[in-house]
Amino acid sequence: MISRPFFRNRSLHTMSLSRRDIENIAHLARLGLSDAEIPVYAESLSRIIGLVGELDHASTAGVTPMSHPLPGLTQRLRPDEVTESDQHELYQRNAAQVMAGLYLVPKVIE
Amino acid sequence: MHSETVAQLQAGLRARKYSAVELTRSLLARIERAQPALNAFITIEAEVALAAAAEADRRLAVGEAPALTGVPIAHKDIFCTAGTRTTCGSKMLANFVSPYDATVVARLRAAGAVVLGKTNMDEFAMGSSNETSHFGPVRNPWDATRVPGGSSGGSAAAVAARLVPAATATDTGGSIRQPAALCGVTGIKPTYGRVSRYGMIAFASSLDQAGVLARSAEDAALLLAPMAGYDPRDSTSVERAVPDYLATLDQPLKGLRIGLLKEFFDQGLDPKIEALLRAALEQLRLQGASLQEVSLPNLPLSVPTYYVVAPAECSSNLARFDGVRFGFRCENPRDLKDLYERSRGEGFGAEVKRRIMTGTYVLSAGYYDAYYLKAQRVRALISADFARAFDSVDVLIGPTTPTTAFELGAKSSDPVTMYLNDIYTIGANLAGLPAVSVPCGFVDGLPAGLQIVGPHFSEARLLNVAHRYQQDSDWHRRAPEAYR
Repeated sequence: MISRPFFRNRSLHTMSLSRRDIENIAHLARLGLSDAEIPVYAESLSRIIGLVGELDHASTAGVTPMSHPLPGLTQRLRPDEVTESDQHELYQRNAAQVMAGLYLVPKVIE
Repeated sequence: MHSETVAQLQAGLRARKYSAVELTRSLLARIERAQPALNAFITIEAEVALAAAAEADRRLAVGEAPALTGVPIAHKDIFCTAGTRTTCGSKMLANFVSPYDATVVARLRAAGAVVLGKTNMDEFAMGSSNETSHFGPVRNPWDATRVPGGSSGGSAAAVAARLVPAATATDTGGSIRQPAALCGVTGIKPTYGRVSRYGMIAFASSLDQAGVLARSAEDAALLLAPMAGYDPRDSTSVERAVPDYLATLDQPLKGLRIGLLKEFFDQGLDPKIEALLRAALEQLRLQGASLQEVSLPNLPLSVPTYYVVAPAECSSNLARFDGVRFGFRCENPRDLKDLYERSRGEGFGAEVKRRIMTGTYVLSAGYYDAYYLKAQRVRALISADFARAFDSVDVLIGPTTPTTAFELGAKSSDPVTMYLNDIYTIGANLAGLPAVSVPCGFVDGLPAGLQIVGPHFSEARLLNVAHRYQQDSDWHRRAPEAYR
């Protein structure tokens, strides 16, 4: 779990993101970045957050956040029934490493 | 044959003026010739296409042929096709072969269409210029130094260059309409939920919608007809009958109430594009439509709203690419964390990583309310603005893009400038509305687009307005000189 405050406390939007912020975001997103990439993203994400900051000007008191693009519609559920057959060999053809029907990853538990 | 429309090809094939195999061979040869200059395709499926064409000829001979039998098309490489690779324009999926077909692919095959290949696109549909593709940029057939738009740039360039009469595409923030405008073709983004998203690789699930790029509204209607409709495999697909789009195509425009989007005719619009729009609107008025100005006060907030909602959904959707079950895996991972981080860091391109990080940031602890919930509230305001406008008008008309096609590299160094290119198209996605872009003239030799937005499920009306305009104009029939 990430302890709060995760990002240094400061006012939203007017900030520029630091190298450390980008490293934290990349860690959360499990994205490996090179050293050279970090300042590039710090600059462009700061600009994007600045653009997004325009939302502050909108008065949204009492407005319900939109949860579906079509008014009045919600997500449909299907009956909880088995509809697929076992096709793991077909699906595992796209995997980088498979053995005995299992996906292989580096050792997790010592 | 390459200059014929879908409607003409249907007639030509049935009259046996040419066989589906002859037609397929001829277009495959055009695709091969154009590929070095345009790079419109990621995968060309010559053998599969010729086999499908031979089958189409058999069905035509015995008279058991559905509407699109033998008509050649291309799919944007975001639609999963069993047996041939589906890359989504990414190194991450460069060798991915889907175990199943997207519903759009299955339905067009059932309608008889022959697929010639998979078209190039911005990586994971994230881009407005087709410059973020792992397989290299697509070039605009009207001027090879310029972008075709994006993200469906390959489909738009292929249709504009007469490599295929029509192609599938997807639109999350303008990815059908913007390349349609920049390449001088017709594009329709249907209502959210009208076309199944099953097997369409997800970018932002509350915005993504599949549609068509073609050379006329009539051809777009011919393809949309079999694509549209309920699919139990997509939980957002809407159970609602599909009207006969062709039946109302030619309906007179008398009494049509057109709203001119005040916010779209603002300072950012190229005055030469505005002049073309005014001329087109006058043509529609002479056909019996009435014009009135309409204001959607929250519409200018579309871009910031979109750049919270879309990256948030993208960061969640793209979490599935972990280097384990499918997709790119890095060499010699040290441990599981290294496997995840390097597979994703090396497998995704710069713009995709930027959007994943933006989304991760706006959804992170302490920021969710300030960004994501705020954006979903503003989205509700934008949607309400549209609903109010449709109380007094039938359709809204404005430009599709603020400028014509820009040069390769002109905006790729600054993401915010690139994002602002979608300023006129994003609103329809946020509100889930259908919209069409049609060619409305040229500025210095480059095509410009007129956009028509309608209420939910008004595709038939939009295609009707577009078709009637195209009966009274010939911009959509112009072809780039090198591809006539």
